[in-house]
Amino acid sequence: MRWTWRNLDTIGAALGEHVLLVGAALLLAGVVALPLGVLVARRPLWRAAVLGASAGLYSIPTLALFALLVPLLGLGFRAALLALASYAMPVLLRAVVTGLEGVALAVREAADGMGLTPRQKLWQVELPLALPSVLAGLRVAVATLVSAATVAAYIGGGGLGVLILTGLDQGHTEKILVGATLVCALALAADVALRRMQRA
Amino acid sequence: MIELRGVTKAWPGGAGVQALDLSVPEGECCALIGPSGCGKTTTLRLVNRLVEPDAGSIRIGGADALKQDPVHLRRGIGYVIQEGGLFPHRRIGANVATVPALLGWNAARTRARVEEVLTLVGLDPARYRDRWPHQLSGGERQRVGVARALAADPPVLLLDEPFGAVDPLRRAQLQAEVLSLLKHLRKTVLLVTHDVQEAVRLGDSVALMRGGRLVQHAAPAEMLAHPADGFVAEFLGADRALTRLGLFRIRDVPRDAATVAGEALPEATTLRDALSAMLERGVRAVPVTEGGALTLEAVLRSR
Amino acid sequence: MIGWLRANPDAFLDALLQHLALSVSGLLIGVALALPAALLLARRPVLAEWASAGAGVLRTLPSLAVLAALLPLLGVGFTPSVVALALLALPPVLLHALVGLRGAEPAAVEAARGMGFTPLQSLLRVELPLALPQVFAGLRTAAVQVVSGASLATFIGGGGLGDLVTQGMALLDIPQVQVGGIAIALLALATEGGFGWLQRRWERA
Repeated sequence: MRWTWRNLDTIGAALGEHVLLVGAALLLAGVVALPLGVLVARRPLWRAAVLGASAGLYSIPTLALFALLVPLLGLGFRAALLALASYAMPVLLRAVVTGLEGVALAVREAADGMGLTPRQKLWQVELPLALPSVLAGLRVAVATLVSAATVAAYIGGGGLGVLILTGLDQGHTEKILVGATLVCALALAADVALRRMQRA
Repeated sequence: MIELRGVTKAWPGGAGVQALDLSVPEGECCALIGPSGCGKTTTLRLVNRLVEPDAGSIRIGGADALKQDPVHLRRGIGYVIQEGGLFPHRRIGANVATVPALLGWNAARTRARVEEVLTLVGLDPARYRDRWPHQLSGGERQRVGVARALAADPPVLLLDEPFGAVDPLRRAQLQAEVLSLLKHLRKTVLLVTHDVQEAVRLGDSVALMRGGRLVQHAAPAEMLAHPADGFVAEFLGADRALTRLGLFRIRDVPRDAATVAGEALPEATTLRDALSAMLERGVRAVPVTEGGALTLEAVLRSR
Repeated sequence: MIGWLRANPDAFLDALLQHLALSVSGLLIGVALALPAALLLARRPVLAEWASAGAGVLRTLPSLAVLAALLPLLGVGFTPSVVALALLALPPVLLHALVGLRGAEPAAVEAARGMGFTPLQSLLRVELPLALPQVFAGLRTAAVQVVSGASLATFIGGGGLGDLVTQGMALLDIPQVQVGGIAIALLALATEGGFGWLQRRWERA
């Protein structure tokens, strides 16, 4: 444990970077997924194409995605962020689309019939009703991101993966375990927090 | 009043509306009826422009509905659909306050109006205002749907199969209550239903549609007595004469002065029920509580 | 990329075969543990609840962390990688199988009992067949996870297509990195698509 006590600041910084990477990627993904989901949810053709493409994107393994993006984006935080965001986006997109599709036709009709503008209908009726689905998607997206961000250390994204990968390189067991434990704890804590939110 | 002239709407799959003329006078209720796919729901949705017509004119209260902003138009028309279409994420009070909120009423006025309309439809505001839609029975949800449509006091209401999801035992009572309320409030009502009994009981007039065209538009008793063609007769049912007797009450026909034995029927009894009582008792006349007797001949002459 | 492949066909083939060996062994071990566990737990609601919660936690853990955490216990190489992959395959199969077994049509189970099946017979001949679609869905998820996770085995010396990526990065050999990346991606998509195809065929049958 000596290494741990001497390097608390490094560990803290890695944890901070990890959280930042996940948070920023989530935000970026959400900014794309929300409008895109709203746009395609009621357009069957677009919907099938966009969801199909995003499902394909999501099933590409993390390391493969990074390997393919490095020649395009280079190394570093920015590249890692974009790669991670493109990972979380499909999850959020599907959640938004499923949520909007789940809004009963009668409810949408009633909203139209009472004279809500399309925008009012979206913000006051459809999105609030899609919220449970969006939260469920958020939970999956966060778990995916915490996991993928670990691998992002490999392309210079920073975060807790750095402890694991350098630990593996140096045969430094303590460093590996600290990194692995913290990243697991982070994943579980985020999951518990989001599950609470889902219930509320 | 609602006035449709030459209204046409074609759908790619058929089942549109063709050159439809229909008018509902102020304060009256017109029941649109017909087999599924006949265009009755499309007709209803043309009125609040959830469906845009290809041709024709639509006037509501004398104003050209097609020249108005559809969103603005809809805020002035009450709309009730099956199961009420309540917003599941809003409490009853907030559901009812939807249109007043859209119109920018202040909180006090909205609150007072919500209480008023909930009371009108027979729901105690104190008990129901803060409940969620899923906590209500089908009939209660339907009442809330009507209250919500009445909230901004629109002169015109559109009802699309409003009682379809209510259990049959409660349906008749709810129908009667809602309709007498709308009559009392002098609302102009267009009602879509697939149920002949409901149409003749609730409509001041009945409009029967088939394949996007209006086949017959008449008062219920008139249509039941003189169906325009075989299709109308068949749609109204082989028991249409009995259905028609259900529209009249003992007080509507001349009574015999003779004294007749047996249990007396109140004069508010329908002729249909009175006839049923005669059949049951095997008699040609029944006594009436208010005096005199109803004879089989009087029932037969009522047609 | 094509140039690199032409120059190093053996290296590519080795990596691919290793990747498949890792994935298949990991998946088989995972299923071999998860299915009997699900059958044992199906009749014990409290234990099943706990096992589900445990599997849920295991599923949330990042793959790289699982691989790395095993290193102090098992060292580096093929075997610890297979163990880690089995751990990744276990939760989806177990969770889906439990859902399937516990969701079996109560009327069918009741009928089986009424006809004199013993509880074991009912479990194996009625409930398990009814749960098969769910089990297969779990298998599909697990297979994709394992193929994906196997690409990380390179970090603990387990080999596989991930080696192409890490070696290429170390040598700054971009074509090699791309070959590795594309091969992993295609393998994962093929696994997803292949199992999906099997699932649909089966459901139709």
